[in-house]
Amino acid sequence: MTDDRKKQDTQDRERRRGVTRRGFLGSLGTGAATVAVASQVSAEQLPEGEQLPAGDVTRVTLDVNGRRRDVLVEPRWSLAFVLRDKLGLTGTKPGCERGECGACTVLIGGVPRYACMTLAMEAQGAEITTVEGLMDGEAIGPVQQAFVEKDAFQCGYCTSGQVMAAEGLLRANGDPNLEEIRTQMSGNLCRCGTYAHIFQAVGRASELKRGEGGAS
Amino acid sequence: MRKLPEGLYYVEGLEVPETPEPRVAQDPWSDTTVVGRPLPRVDGYERVSGTAVYPSDVSLPRMLYGAILRCSCANGVVTSVDVSAAEGMPGVHGVISAFTPDDNATRPYSQYIKTNLFNPTCRCEGEPVAAVAAETPYQAHDALRAIQVAYDERPFVSDERRALEPGAAQVQEGGNSAGDPRVYERGDIARGFAEADVVLEETYRTECEIHTPLELHGCVAKWDGDSLTVWESTQGVYNVQAGVAGALGMPLSKVRVVGHYMGGGFGAKLQAGRYTLAAALLAKKTARPVKLIITREDSLLAVGNRPPANMRLKAGVRRDGTLTALELTALATGGYRGRGSGSVDFIARELYLCPNVRTELSDCYINAPPQRPFRGPGHPQGAWAVEQMLDQLADAIDMDPIELRAKNIATTSQARGNRPYTSNGFRECLVDGARAFRWEETRAEIAGGNRGHIKRGVGMAGGTWAAGGGGPPSIAVIKLFSDGSINLNMGASDIGTGTKTVMAMVVAEELGVDPGAIQIEHADTGTTQFASASGGSKTIPTESPAVRAAALEIKEQLLDLAAAQLSVDASTLALRDGTVVSAADSSVLLRVREIRALRRRGNLTGVGYRGPNPQDKVIAPFAAQFCEVEVNTLTGEVEIVRFLAAHDSGRIMNKLTCQNQAFGGVTMGIGYAMTERRILDGNETGKMVNKNWHDYKIPTAMDVPADMTFLPIEPEDTECNTVGAKGIGEPATIPTAAAVANAIAHATGVRVTDTPIDPTKLLQALAERREGE
Repeated sequence: MTDDRKKQDTQDRERRRGVTRRGFLGSLGTGAATVAVASQVSAEQLPEGEQLPAGDVTRVTLDVNGRRRDVLVEPRWSLAFVLRDKLGLTGTKPGCERGECGACTVLIGGVPRYACMTLAMEAQGAEITTVEGLMDGEAIGPVQQAFVEKDAFQCGYCTSGQVMAAEGLLRANGDPNLEEIRTQMSGNLCRCGTYAHIFQAVGRASELKRGEGGAS
Repeated sequence: MRKLPEGLYYVEGLEVPETPEPRVAQDPWSDTTVVGRPLPRVDGYERVSGTAVYPSDVSLPRMLYGAILRCSCANGVVTSVDVSAAEGMPGVHGVISAFTPDDNATRPYSQYIKTNLFNPTCRCEGEPVAAVAAETPYQAHDALRAIQVAYDERPFVSDERRALEPGAAQVQEGGNSAGDPRVYERGDIARGFAEADVVLEETYRTECEIHTPLELHGCVAKWDGDSLTVWESTQGVYNVQAGVAGALGMPLSKVRVVGHYMGGGFGAKLQAGRYTLAAALLAKKTARPVKLIITREDSLLAVGNRPPANMRLKAGVRRDGTLTALELTALATGGYRGRGSGSVDFIARELYLCPNVRTELSDCYINAPPQRPFRGPGHPQGAWAVEQMLDQLADAIDMDPIELRAKNIATTSQARGNRPYTSNGFRECLVDGARAFRWEETRAEIAGGNRGHIKRGVGMAGGTWAAGGGGPPSIAVIKLFSDGSINLNMGASDIGTGTKTVMAMVVAEELGVDPGAIQIEHADTGTTQFASASGGSKTIPTESPAVRAAALEIKEQLLDLAAAQLSVDASTLALRDGTVVSAADSSVLLRVREIRALRRRGNLTGVGYRGPNPQDKVIAPFAAQFCEVEVNTLTGEVEIVRFLAAHDSGRIMNKLTCQNQAFGGVTMGIGYAMTERRILDGNETGKMVNKNWHDYKIPTAMDVPADMTFLPIEPEDTECNTVGAKGIGEPATIPTAAAVANAIAHATGVRVTDTPIDPTKLLQALAERREGE
């Protein structure tokens, strides 16, 4: 196949798909006001080198909860999507897809990260921990235990993210004070408004992790 | 079937079945052993481990992902939708719009008019225009972008304060007035003002607030031939079943709606969504299950709101603190259809003794999405005006705000035919709350020294809620296995309020079993009993008596079987810790598993019905909330230092989950007072400019005090229902914003009467006062 043919082929494919990387980037977090940008999304307007067709999959290896997982992903897929819809780890919750609510918080290299704002490809090579990874078999871990004891949730939808944020906080700082807890937990929204109980739960989790007042 | 009384928004537009009266007589509880304790939730494990399956988590073989294209202008008619490019895109299996043959769903537009799912006449931004199903959500959103829509755009009006001006764009063909004002009058308002020593008049405004639950609205729809199963994030599976069956012209028995877990609703998830219908139609068209979860932007835009309210309140008081007259005039909007003023005047009509009251509620249409019930519809708006006015009156007659309120406590329900309350703990909420908050001491400290630019202040507000007593219908079924273990079957959703936990505690109370060992089946129209949606702070007072009745049926059967085996009279027996004991001396007679007839039968079934409420009395929860703030008068920033929520919600069934509800209501109210506001671009586009959580700010961990106290006032109430409980969910957020406003006014001496009290507004008010000095 000549270079020209290749180029033509790529362009044709782009046109059929009607999407480009710019289109993808533009699509992040929109959804409602899409008509207005529809006309801008065409392959012709972009320099060739910019084009990376959506739909093409590439193989990534993710280290999730201590297990190696090989997955075929589109480059644009978020870690949250891959964890939930390809690996079945639905404890990680989508809430906004734009890094505002923290429901999808996981640990990457032990640090809380929004999985909706992390591409699966970016997460290669790092240790990823989801809420499922805090379990010891079927037994819940100390942060989860503390959340149950202190009733630090209502609907429970933001809870996985809250638990992971608390886990990340306590790994970095085993005995946080109230202001540290409030600051570190402020990236996770709870519309049911259970923050006061969450503060108590993080304090209790800190005790549990340090071996005070029960299980480690 | 019958219509329920007006105001029960959680069953609005639906017919609900009557339930028979409970068969077994129920005496009120005196002391309880399980009920009331601060027990962790029976489903806590599922909710913290990630094993709870929310509708967003449901995944089925061959499942496709749906997405909805929404109207991009504030007012327009869709003249064409070209889906040809979208249909040919990779992974796309189906596209539907008003211009494809698949839109055969009809839904009520108003009481009299029905429209198809995709109505080309879009009177606001966000109306559904088309929907797509594809292999991945990414491909579905790609396809949306390839759909070409042509609009005949029309002028718009997005501010209800301008909608009735001459020349305003017409939202509906008949004009922008949503009908005649609704007027309520008692006594003689003119005489009331004449009798007053002080008359004050003030204008208040509350901005549009949006529910934004953490789990997005959405569902998974799956067809099996002519049967449809929907896993929906909903507060009421039976509401969704009725909505879907009605829209698709299907028998109820062919629509099964499952809603075991759901990630928050606050009133925005009481009904079948247009996304539900779109998912069902797409699943039909593609012959594949379809998951359709809306986007966060759409959740801020298109699935309801607490509409803005513009209120003018005139109040008269005598020097001794006697209220003589209240006159509230309000203008609200339900969006492009319906009314938004419902219950805005309820606090003014009900909470304080006042012989002369007049309210007038007007509504108009604007090009904005329709409102939906939102945690105490109308009440936080009304409380914002009334509770600030009471502080202003107290100030004018130099009386403590609590003393003024306590002086005017209503002895009967003035808004409801002057019927007496089954219980009214409002005085205790005020007095005990003030004592626990150290109200007087704190005010004395502040009066002694509030120098410097950081000003301390305390404020409080009262509240009540028009519903919250619950009532029929409800049915619960309890199955007792031969080993004494138990299965509870009920239709109610647990929307995060701890319904499952409380019901397990009710069963445990009567049958002496471990609440954590009870298996619960709930919120599934295919397998569980009828329950109205979980909303209106009525789930516990509605469901608990039905569950208790079912437990008592089991107990009666069980003791009859044991009595026959022991050859004694059943009245001499009691149940304790899974054992049949002597009622006289508690001596152990027989373990449940040793009852031979039970072993032979395998299990017993008890059916419980929710009995009627007393007809001659009114059931109402009450609240008083107290708040301390520190205001930086140089920057306008407010720090809310502590909160105390004193609540008469009758018997507290579980102190831990109830406290959580109270704090949650306070937190939501803090957002209402301080940050939350929908912004429509009124000049250029009419579109919402802050449809994300970055620009529409709900409270974070930084915005709420860690120092929160819940003070339950538990007046004995043997009449409200057979467990003595009233609602907590909505009362918890009704007084909050007004309490914050009163605290800020106490701290600074200036009063901001429009929500949200942002630093700009507060600084402006402070500057205006300085200029005036």
